[in-house]
Amino acid sequence: MSEKKPSLWLRIYSILVYGFIYAPILILIIFSFNTQKLNVHWEGFTFHWYGVLFNDAQIILATRNTLLIALVSTLVATIIGTMAALAMYRYRFPLYNASETVMYIPIVIPEVVMGISLLVFFVMINFNLGLSTITLSHIAFSIPFVALVVRARLHGYDKSIDEAAMDLGANEITTFRRVTLPTIMPGVLAGAMLALTLSLDDYVITYFTAGPGSTTLPLRVFSMVKTAVTPEINALSTIWVLIIFILLLIGQIVQRKKA
Amino acid sequence: MKKIRVFCFVLLVLSMILTACSGTKKATTLNLYAWSEYVPQQLLDDFSTKYGITVNYDTYSSNEEMLAKLQAGASGYDVIVPSDYTVAIMIKQGMLETIDTSKLANFGNLDPRFVNRDYDPGNKYSIPYQWGTTGLVYDNILVSSEPKSWSDLWDPAYKDRLVFLDDEREVIGMALEVLGYDRNSTNPDELNQAEQKLIELKPNILKFDSDAPETAIISGETWAGLVYNGNASLALAEDSNVAYICPTEGCTIWFDNLAIPKGAPHMDTAMLFLDWVLDPQQSILITKEFPYSNPNKAALDLLRTDDPALYESYMAFSGTNPDDTFLANTKPIVDVGEATAIYDSLWTDFKSK
Amino acid sequence: MISEQISEKPKSKYSITRLLRENSKAQGLFLISPTNIYLFILVVLPLILVTILSFLSRGTYGQVEFKFNLSNYTRLFDPLYAKILGYSLLVGFGTTVICILIGYPLAYFIARAPARQRSLLLFLILLPFWTNFIIRIYAWMIILRSGGLLDSLLQWLHFTQAPLNLLYSPTAVMIGMVYEFLPFMILPLYTSLEKIENSLLEAAADLGAPPWKAFLRVTLPLSVPGMVAGTILTFIPAMGMFVVPDILGGAKTILIGNVIRNQFLTARDWPFGAAASMVLMLMTMVLTLYYTRKAGFGEELLV
Repeated sequence: MSEKKPSLWLRIYSILVYGFIYAPILILIIFSFNTQKLNVHWEGFTFHWYGVLFNDAQIILATRNTLLIALVSTLVATIIGTMAALAMYRYRFPLYNASETVMYIPIVIPEVVMGISLLVFFVMINFNLGLSTITLSHIAFSIPFVALVVRARLHGYDKSIDEAAMDLGANEITTFRRVTLPTIMPGVLAGAMLALTLSLDDYVITYFTAGPGSTTLPLRVFSMVKTAVTPEINALSTIWVLIIFILLLIGQIVQRKKA
Repeated sequence: MKKIRVFCFVLLVLSMILTACSGTKKATTLNLYAWSEYVPQQLLDDFSTKYGITVNYDTYSSNEEMLAKLQAGASGYDVIVPSDYTVAIMIKQGMLETIDTSKLANFGNLDPRFVNRDYDPGNKYSIPYQWGTTGLVYDNILVSSEPKSWSDLWDPAYKDRLVFLDDEREVIGMALEVLGYDRNSTNPDELNQAEQKLIELKPNILKFDSDAPETAIISGETWAGLVYNGNASLALAEDSNVAYICPTEGCTIWFDNLAIPKGAPHMDTAMLFLDWVLDPQQSILITKEFPYSNPNKAALDLLRTDDPALYESYMAFSGTNPDDTFLANTKPIVDVGEATAIYDSLWTDFKSK
Repeated sequence: MISEQISEKPKSKYSITRLLRENSKAQGLFLISPTNIYLFILVVLPLILVTILSFLSRGTYGQVEFKFNLSNYTRLFDPLYAKILGYSLLVGFGTTVICILIGYPLAYFIARAPARQRSLLLFLILLPFWTNFIIRIYAWMIILRSGGLLDSLLQWLHFTQAPLNLLYSPTAVMIGMVYEFLPFMILPLYTSLEKIENSLLEAAADLGAPPWKAFLRVTLPLSVPGMVAGTILTFIPAMGMFVVPDILGGAKTILIGNVIRNQFLTARDWPFGAAASMVLMLMTMVLTLYYTRKAGFGEELLV
């Protein structure tokens, strides 16, 4: 895009929009230090709620569950999704159109519909609701997104390097490992990141497929927001934002180094 | 390539560590499924320490939600806390395990008035946990005149100043009584009228909240509301101007119970827990943290010596210790069977107006 | 004879590998099959089950009874539910439009910023995008509650005298929805705007077009893929939302998502909930198909 200086109005507008986006987050962070339990008015500064947070057994359990589910679902979805992307981009095979349609379904249906359909399914096959059902569900909605991202990055992939490698004697597997995969790795990682976010953040589908003892952080946050509205939630939110901030920062630094 | 290998390895190790973390679990588990804000963490922690059992506490905000999850086949729960009419439904559907109260050493601690009630004769399937009423709470400083009946709340002065439980049976039932009908009516005509009456009230309701309506009273956002007695007690704890009454038209009385769903994976842990809760030392923890009405006579006796000030306020407050005039005006909620669908439609319609 | 027999040794064990090696169709099928199998079992099958469920009926205590009928669907044509569906469409539509209106200028600004600033500006959009959405909605509770921050600010500035009572109103729900989906709109818009080459705009200027005309005729049409992608990511989830009306609406606003959830978890009328889901799904699929047929899917933006 043109590098002409944007007008003053545009700059003012942008600052306002950024303000709109960040004000709630900043308020959240500030109020995590509020001494008032009900957190309606500011009363004083304290670290107390962070202490409460770290001793909260249910939060610790929820965090553990969330991370486990996210890790497993990201891994599986990335592998399967990348395979699908390669298939859709490079090959023509019977059932191509049907496969593509099926792949788009989780993207175009509302989460609540997907959530209840999974609930109905698990109930009908008598599969106990719990960590496994949540993980299976997360994989299901992540695969299409990974496939979409990787496929987009495959645009302009030059097949001739693969062919050159094979001409030089590498078999398909070696070619994939040493030539194809490294080239598409940025796309694969982008897909994996997306799958990770989708899983960490998911509330609706997890809500319908959770069982005893398998509560996750989003579920826990929701129930905290509805019941004990103390600054403990703010403390949790602040830590969450901080971790995301650090991770994104690391991501940016790594990207800079590569460039 | 090396980086990817390292990355994958790290992921694998991480997932193994996380799974292993759960391995440091103690010998057995208890999966508790109860109302939110109902079971003190202290009670669970002490139980955990004493018997070396891990306790998972999942929550719900209404009987219907619990029933729905259980009917959906969410098995794995060992102890649930259904209300009286829900126990009746579950017994009819064979959803509960039988309980042999002779095996519960602490069963005798219960006040005989609360045992052997008509929703579960002989306590074959449930034991009383807490009981209470659903009435009118208000802050007597914020309201211009003290409400005496539900119909007082229709006054436009209450615009956006009421907090109501998000419970169709309680709210529609209240409207039915205001119109002079039976709170548990299944007459479609009466129900329609009740809905119309409620639509008139809607501008006054700021929010529906079954989880923590007391926060809306304490913060002053709302001046009055339809809440459980426990919510009123919690509001009183933070705001001494809180009053709780059973309005002239009437209010509900309910009994919550501990029960074991059919197919519970840890029957013995469940029975252990039931007995634990009946222990007066544990039972007073409930009253201290969530002041509903406690059917455990031994616990109340213990409270008199353990914390006289709390005992005094417990006895004095209409929420925790309703007097006979209060009780005379209460009615239980009864399951309406087929008519549940009508209630549900009306509730959805009412909410969408 | 004997030599022929010997040379025919690599038989059945190797033919599959050879098939995969040589036949591109086989390769394609091999790569797509995990996805197909997985999604068939966990997406297609469940949806089929839900479709079947929508034709059944509810027993007295909430069980499912195998009586085939269309009553669930006819019930949805009841003015009550038609109204809720319509309202949900409106909310979804409104959220999308507002997000485009607010987000477009910002996306434009970021796309035109010098490269170094651009990554910082993008980073600042990504951060809230990655933060848990319930937390972000909760933040608005603090701001909008009666006597809360917004009220205090406005009263201090003497813009208002009394509390606005914004929390637990449809306005609050809309604010929450827009806030929620804004990053989902800004990011695709930015991506497509960023791809527009300078040379096109310079050519337009050379041909005598004033900046606003260049914008209307060049920039805007080329940013349509971004708008499509953003709309898909906003409109569909917004229609099925039940969390925001629950938290910021004080459970007073009912969208179709709330209805569906209630059928499954409180009213325990699964067949009816299934029917409502089917209708919602059909609506979103029809709208998406119509929209993307006109303007493509916009997936090239996910780079």
